[in-house]
Amino acid sequence: MNVDRIAAIMLRQFYLYRGSPVRVMPLFAWVTVDIVLWGFITRYLNAIASSGFNFIPGLLGAVLLWDFFIRVMQGVTMAFFEDVWSRNFLNIFATPLSISEYIAGLVLSAIATSSVGLLVMLVLASTVFGLSFLVYGLMLIPFLLALFVFGIALGVLACAMVLRFGPASEWLVWPIPALLSPFAGVFYPVSTLPQWMRSISYALPPSYVFEGMRTIVSGGALSSTKLFWSNGLAVGYVVLAALFFTRIYHQAVRTGLIARYSAESVS
Amino acid sequence: MPSVLSVVDLRKLYGNAVAVDGISFEVRRNEIVGLLGPNGAGKTTTINMILGVLEPSAGRILIEGIDIAEHRTQALERTNFAAVYAPLPGNLTVYQNLRIFGLLYAVKQLRGRIEALVEQFDLQKFRDVKCGVLSSGEQTRVGLAKALINDPQLLLLDEPTASLDPSTARDIRARIRENTARGTAGVLWTSHNMYEVEEVCDRVLFLSRGKILLEGDPKTLPGEHGKATLEELFVTVAREPLTLEQV
Repeated sequence: MNVDRIAAIMLRQFYLYRGSPVRVMPLFAWVTVDIVLWGFITRYLNAIASSGFNFIPGLLGAVLLWDFFIRVMQGVTMAFFEDVWSRNFLNIFATPLSISEYIAGLVLSAIATSSVGLLVMLVLASTVFGLSFLVYGLMLIPFLLALFVFGIALGVLACAMVLRFGPASEWLVWPIPALLSPFAGVFYPVSTLPQWMRSISYALPPSYVFEGMRTIVSGGALSSTKLFWSNGLAVGYVVLAALFFTRIYHQAVRTGLIARYSAESVS
Repeated sequence: MPSVLSVVDLRKLYGNAVAVDGISFEVRRNEIVGLLGPNGAGKTTTINMILGVLEPSAGRILIEGIDIAEHRTQALERTNFAAVYAPLPGNLTVYQNLRIFGLLYAVKQLRGRIEALVEQFDLQKFRDVKCGVLSSGEQTRVGLAKALINDPQLLLLDEPTASLDPSTARDIRARIRENTARGTAGVLWTSHNMYEVEEVCDRVLFLSRGKILLEGDPKTLPGEHGKATLEELFVTVAREPLTLEQV
């Protein structure tokens, strides 16, 4: 892989963000709204709960991690959409850029943009609502890692879908996190779900993260096997997503869709 | 030394429809070859296959002897293109676009190369202007600057002067000719302007229904086929290809 070519994809994103406040705002605006909203909800729940249970690390922490996952996924797709919106496929894919370099550029762009959102959430949740990350200890790192890697996988998968079905299929990408959230057990234990939904949960890395987070908050011992499993699953999904994107790309080159992308299909 | 471009038995099918039907040709160093033909003849399909964005159904494409199917990156490092239907992203400035494409082509000493191209194409005052607000002529000049950013050995120009006024078009033609004569590159040029083709091209290939129908010097080819001008020959190729002998 050539570092210059990967840097080119990142640099393009940097230029676009630097020149456009409209692009910068969403990096932190929605996560801020979410943290403020859920911060007050958890405060209210703490006030009315008779058990004395602290909802902040369990609920607000979950919102923070879930928002981070969404930002990572959208970081990948937004970088890809810039090529869709500017009809740049012919220019970019006629260069020596390889698919692995292109995906690497998208992923690095996503790291940069999602880091902004994560930082804003961490500062807001800890300073305004008293969320202490010491509660999770070092486990926060593998939690974030599993969500990050799975976010990348879904982002790449979403890009492949848009590449396959054309620019109008962009809307398919946005509801993906919402569709997954009931299965991921973000706000409730997976055991709450019926058996068929639980089967899907076990295939999703975030469900292990949120189960593990609740275990730590309630003072239980976290299973390292499950932690390993969630990260392993996430890595597996990234590999599958990259292979899927590559397959879709080659199909687009074979059919001529890349060169006539604005037509949305070649049939 | 191999030709800059060798196309061997190239074929592209879309289902049962034949877009390009087993064409073979070469582009040599310091040579500008015109790829001519009516709309739908297969010119852009051929160019897209040479650029690696369209997979041939059969045949080989060698750029400086490198097979693009086997060594895509190495082949495309030596290639670049400009086309009226592929403008650079309008939300980036001239400098930003040139820098990004310079990195994509892994150009050494990129800053100096950008400055030289900005000067060569009179883009100094547009350096920090977004490409989307430039006139079509200015955008064409930026597209050509991008096409030369990696000093390509094979330059593909798909109707590069289509949206330009006669004065700017003449200027662009002169720059491309000068650039081709100076270095070791070859150019494959498509155009519907026969005056331009006669002025610029050393050799032309007439494409009709995916096949190369005629090949030769644009100045002598019309006379060889009983036509007064290249435009007249073009019209015959478009309307009555069967009356012309196939090469």
